[in-house]
Amino acid sequence: MSELAERLPALPHGRFRRRRGSRGWLLIAGLLAAITLLPVIVVIASFSQIDAELWQHMSRHVLPRVSMNTLWMVLGTAVGSLVLGTALGWLTAVCDFPGRRFFGWALLLPMAMPGYVMATAMLGLSDFNGPLHQLLQALFGSDVAAPRFRHLGGLLLVLTLTLYPYVYLLSRNAFMSQGARSLEVGQSLGLDRMRSFLRISLPLARPWLAAGTLLVMMEALADFGTVAVFNYDTFTLAIYHAWYGMFSIQSALQLSGVLILAVLIIITIEQRLRGRSSYTAQFAGVRDEALLRLGTAQRWGAFAFAATVFLAAFVVPAAQLLVWAVPNLARDFDARYMGFAFNSLVLAMMGAALVTALGLLLAYAVRLAGHPLARLLARVATLGYALPGTVLAVGVFVPVAWFSDSASSVLAWLFGDGAPRLVLQGTLFAMLLAYCIRFLAVAHGPVGSQLERVTRSVDEASRGLGVSGMRLLRRVHLPILRRGLITAAVFAFVDIMKELPITLMTRPFGWDTLATRVYQMTTEGEWERAALPALAIVVVGLVPVAVLLHQSDRRRA
Amino acid sequence: MFPMVRARMVRAAAMALLAASLVAGLQACSGGADSDEARLVVYSSRAEHLIKPLFDAYTERSGVRIDFITGEEQPLIQRLLAEGESTTADLLITVDAGNLWNASSEGVLRPVSSAALESSIPAHLRDPQGRWFGLSVRARTLVYAPARTGPEELSTYEALAEPQWQGRLCLRTSRKVYNQSLVAMLIAEHGEARTEEIVRGWVDNLAVDVFPNDTQVIEAVAAGQCDVGIVNTYYFGRLKAQRPGIAAALFWPNQQSTGVHVNVSGAGVTRHSPRPEAAVAFLEWLAQPEAQAMFAGLNYEYPAATGVALDPLVADWGEFRQNLINVSQAGELQADAVRLMTRAGYR
Repeated sequence: MSELAERLPALPHGRFRRRRGSRGWLLIAGLLAAITLLPVIVVIASFSQIDAELWQHMSRHVLPRVSMNTLWMVLGTAVGSLVLGTALGWLTAVCDFPGRRFFGWALLLPMAMPGYVMATAMLGLSDFNGPLHQLLQALFGSDVAAPRFRHLGGLLLVLTLTLYPYVYLLSRNAFMSQGARSLEVGQSLGLDRMRSFLRISLPLARPWLAAGTLLVMMEALADFGTVAVFNYDTFTLAIYHAWYGMFSIQSALQLSGVLILAVLIIITIEQRLRGRSSYTAQFAGVRDEALLRLGTAQRWGAFAFAATVFLAAFVVPAAQLLVWAVPNLARDFDARYMGFAFNSLVLAMMGAALVTALGLLLAYAVRLAGHPLARLLARVATLGYALPGTVLAVGVFVPVAWFSDSASSVLAWLFGDGAPRLVLQGTLFAMLLAYCIRFLAVAHGPVGSQLERVTRSVDEASRGLGVSGMRLLRRVHLPILRRGLITAAVFAFVDIMKELPITLMTRPFGWDTLATRVYQMTTEGEWERAALPALAIVVVGLVPVAVLLHQSDRRRA
Repeated sequence: MFPMVRARMVRAAAMALLAASLVAGLQACSGGADSDEARLVVYSSRAEHLIKPLFDAYTERSGVRIDFITGEEQPLIQRLLAEGESTTADLLITVDAGNLWNASSEGVLRPVSSAALESSIPAHLRDPQGRWFGLSVRARTLVYAPARTGPEELSTYEALAEPQWQGRLCLRTSRKVYNQSLVAMLIAEHGEARTEEIVRGWVDNLAVDVFPNDTQVIEAVAAGQCDVGIVNTYYFGRLKAQRPGIAAALFWPNQQSTGVHVNVSGAGVTRHSPRPEAAVAFLEWLAQPEAQAMFAGLNYEYPAATGVALDPLVADWGEFRQNLINVSQAGELQADAVRLMTRAGYR
């Protein structure tokens, strides 16, 4: 580790450091954590005033139920996404089956569909007298009851189908960089295929699976839209219950504090479980000839599995959206959509670039600081992903407004009344700051887990060949990290395309996006008119992403 | 291969950052010198397509440009609080009285006295201290399936708690502010204990789990899942406009007693508005008949001012007596209503 620190320039100084570890890197980790602490401080400050009566009501009538509900929802979604994402990642990365290349990128598409949009589409399909009910009636006679999706099972299905791509993409990265080789090792040790998968490939993929599952859990914890459509009481709903229903933002922030604590516990458990194992392996990509050959039944079984998930998670809800969107096309689709799409793209690209860069910085800071404190700071820096979006939006807005105000006062004091006022709130600056706080986790996860692949021996070998410093980073590290970086950028890009509360609260005048367009329609219950912008998010957001992934897959071959 | 991609990414990121800081910088500069009379800034939780046409019409008539952002009520109120004196916002528009009440009790709205506003907007639809004014009426009424029930069986909101409606009632989630206001009004009339009995009765009579929105309640009534529901009229108006033959009809409850529960979509001038006179002028314009017809007509709502022509589809539902308790009561009692509904198991 120390050698590496020696060979890499410490970014803030741009010169080589010769001490063990580096204060500079620790400082960077500290800075990133401090930015995220902005909203957390607002949360903590809320505890100065406690509404005892409201808490009594909450702890008696609300908290017991929502705690259990949240636990089941988060666990269920985590397990579902882990199983689905890992299986699909393994199949598309290592196994040879019909449509492998297509599914490789297509299975990512459900990610672009905001959870509450898919929930509405699914419930629309399955409701009383809905298409599914009518189909059942046609098949089994008119007394067939409508299928009931409005319960935990339906919610878990929808959440899993929208969130598994986080695990999928990361596990795919892991299996691709292991290659079929890990299986060959297993077979040479006399293990059959299943055992070598379970005993060798899967454990080696652990950092990726953990990173993906952690993202899923945080996203599920922070989810508001999907659980609201299902009317399933979770912690987030309790937060809105206190804030929007009882006008007590203090209590809402205090409840968010409990949520943050829960996330810290989850993260700590994960770190403990992982312990000190190291997850280094060969990082050669899988070539087609190295793919695992499957028997005919297995090949088509794999195809049927991937196709079913793709149909349920993407084709069916997208078709429902299309059916809703078409009749409103003439009324709603106009030249402004170019503007919405442009704004969405610009914001998502700027945000993704920024978030990915910070994620990379944070991953290096943890690696090069060589200090346990850096790991803790990294945890703090990625907490924003687990906060409900609206709470985070307020948590960022309040300090930014306070800062602008104070800065303006200083300017006025320095230059008199004619001094310009600083108004940072409602600018792209505030927006991007909030995006960074919210989405640092989705960039840090993929980059951080990929960075574990870069072993000390790699650095030593490179140095032996005379490659060091910036060249080491460029020639050796970045090619290994490439897949992680692309994944991070994809996650951040898609998440920002869908993001609503921060965009709503901090956007400058006229900066309407496709996501805010969805909001305009849903806020007045016009679901069918919301289908058009929702579909546009999928088209505008995911087509470029899919193309990028498809090409990055190709390049390695 | 990769260095090229990387170089491009880095360049794109750098450009993006540059652009962002430029825009941020420009706005930071323009933010300060912002007091020109020919401009108004509006924070609105009323959806863009229901409000922008009015802004455009006003700009055309008066030359005043209107910049606005839309969003949820509570974040907008928090935004006004955080911005304090440095806010550029002149007006806050919301779609319910509860949040207007909350905004005024948080001190982000200023009292306005305007003879024009006081004469055109009825007293129960505006803040007694003039901090906000209702601009359209959102009536919450009963929707029923004519094939299975009718005016002879229907009477009041309270009566829906009676055993005869066992398994025949559909409701929207208690999370929606319209139900919170309705229950707050019941508390104002009957007190907590009696209201809790009524709400428990409703819950016992539910035919199916509560729905996430009013449209689904109407659809459920029309599809035969239940016989009666409680909805805002404009949701019915929208469905009726799409499907004139829909098997559901509206009923005006409580006509012999308190009247139909109404909420308002309304607006107030912000405490630290940089252009308060222009803001009041705009409010007054919104309260006159031409704008009122447009305000309500965009969404099948009722105008707040009296004597304004109704959309023909809305006029078709006939006249009704409104509940005349001041709608600010809905805000004052909202927190109690929310707690009560939670206790009563109304989700």
